[in-house]
Amino acid sequence: MSSLSRNAVSLALLGVLLLAACEREERSYRGEPVGEVKPGAIVQGTLYAGAPSPPPPQRREYEGNAYHVSEGKRLFEWFNCSGCHAHGGGDIGPPLMDEVWIYGGELENIAATIVEGRPNGMPSFRNKIPDQQLWQIAAYVRSMQREVRKDVAPGRDDHMAVTPGEQNQPVTPPKPGGVASPSSEGRGP
Amino acid sequence: MRWPPAPWGRKGRVLPILVLAACSGPQSMLDPAGGQAARIGVMGWILLAGCAFVYAVVLLWLLWALARRHRWVEPGGVLPPQAGVERRLTNGLVAWVVGTVLILFAFVAASYAVDKSLTHLANREEVVVEVEGKQWWWTVRYPDDDPSRSITTANEIHLPVGVPVRVKLKAADVIHSLWIPNLHGKMDLIPGRDNELFLTADREGIFRGQCAEFCGLQHAHMALDVIVHSRAAFDAWKEAQLAPAPAPADEALARGQALFLTSACTMCHGIRGTPASASVAPDLTHLASRRSIAAGALPYNRGNLAGWIADPQRIKPGNHMPLVGVPPSDLQALVAYLDSLK
Ligand code: HEC
Ligand code: HEC
Ligand SMILES: [Cu+2]
Repeated sequence: MSSLSRNAVSLALLGVLLLAACEREERSYRGEPVGEVKPGAIVQGTLYAGAPSPPPPQRREYEGNAYHVSEGKRLFEWFNCSGCHAHGGGDIGPPLMDEVWIYGGELENIAATIVEGRPNGMPSFRNKIPDQQLWQIAAYVRSMQREVRKDVAPGRDDHMAVTPGEQNQPVTPPKPGGVASPSSEGRGP
Repeated sequence: MRWPPAPWGRKGRVLPILVLAACSGPQSMLDPAGGQAARIGVMGWILLAGCAFVYAVVLLWLLWALARRHRWVEPGGVLPPQAGVERRLTNGLVAWVVGTVLILFAFVAASYAVDKSLTHLANREEVVVEVEGKQWWWTVRYPDDDPSRSITTANEIHLPVGVPVRVKLKAADVIHSLWIPNLHGKMDLIPGRDNELFLTADREGIFRGQCAEFCGLQHAHMALDVIVHSRAAFDAWKEAQLAPAPAPADEALARGQALFLTSACTMCHGIRGTPASASVAPDLTHLASRRSIAAGALPYNRGNLAGWIADPQRIKPGNHMPLVGVPPSDLQALVAYLDSLK
């Protein structure tokens, strides 16, 4: 093989390698057809009997996908979650970037909180947020305390940032806490 | 001499005429409809003429080099030095460099003159329009000292003919650029910075503007309509826009309105005169008076409106309106209501 053709072959291989990096993840713009995705079983807290079950596929799809998480970040502003929770630091609503969860910090818990509302002032968004957007927001809320992969958490802000971006937050494993309100009674793990 | 048969056949002879026809139209800088665009158009022609001249000279030179008699030198032989040729080549090269510099200076002078005449047209305003670029549509506001008389609409700029207008340009997310070729050159919309553009349209008509700075997935579907009316028609349009949305006239429309107000639509869209007051998506108060849907992606009509609401992600994949999933039985009522928002 002449050195020219060898060079050509290595160049072509390099090109193929570069192309392989193009598709980091799948972006799905449309979500599942209506009515097929619903917040799963509602779990309060992270205590389970026996070995922890593997995360349901739903979760991996949304929490492992930078596009979904960044869409969630935009919607968190658009739907005015920031009005009560500030940018996650807490105001009228509790902080979402700390490790304490009153109603559970799993993706399904957060989705359920958004859909159902919570008695001490968290409004219900039932029928107001399409399913895919609901999961995106829930995945973003989890990224606030870095419960998602570093390369998935958003790295920039559209507004003036007071704290380092989600990507640079320390990882804080969630723990149940706060004072669970009456709606959660009898629904324990 | 016979020309070889054109690959596109006889009809192809019309092609050059078609190309010329593309010069006029709703989105063409060759068909100016305002003082600013006319001046920029002159500059365009000067640049075109200058470059065409240089191009022709280079081609002629190349042709001459191809056509002239070649002297043949044996392999390994040396071309005897030729003082005459050397001198001519040197002179030619010097003339070429001097000519290039002169042409560039002429361009600079012309560009300066055009810029200067554009600044003379600036800072005169009778109407102020605020345009905010968003991924991937435009908010258009007509601010007024009396807040109850300011107007918010989307993807459509209305202008009175012959009146100087100040267009304030903002961006909400990333850099966009507003380009209405018939009226003016491009101007960027930059987050955190206010730019402006002065326009005077000197004939009535409908023109098209387009985002001219790549801003993400749906950049190509980020257009807007510019409608230039007579002063009286403009004032009438403004009055009509100031009115809140008409109340539903019958049962069916009332059902459509209720569907709108109880579903996800109200999280993003506002309709003045109803409780829907969100402002992160196009204002729908007078949706049915607009010419297009989703920033020029579709012409406005009832069928397209239904298609858009049923699946916006098919029409403009990746845009920020999600598939809400309105059941088919509700879709028609919803569309009928929105279509009544004249
Ligand atoms: C009107 C103010 C308000 C708005 C708007 C609001 N929240 Fe809340 N949120 C609250 C309050 C108050 C609580 C605490 C409820 C309780 O303790 O019962 C809360 C609780 C929560 C919790 C549970 C926290 C925990 O520790 O378990 C989550 C998650 C949450 N909100 C997310 C959201 C999201 C996402 C949005 C936007 C879609 C949103 N909130 C909008 C006021 C608000
Ligand atoms: C998450 C926010 C969001 C929700 C929810 C939403 N929209 Fe939209 N809508 C948008 C955005 C953003 C656009 C502009 C899209 C573009 O042009 O890129 C838009 C565009 C439109 C348009 C075209 C407006 C124009 O002037 O071009 C109509 C009509 C519309 N939406 C109707 C609806 C209806 C009806 C619903 C409820 C079924 C709804 N939207 C729900 C965000 C939303
Ligand atoms: Cu653009």
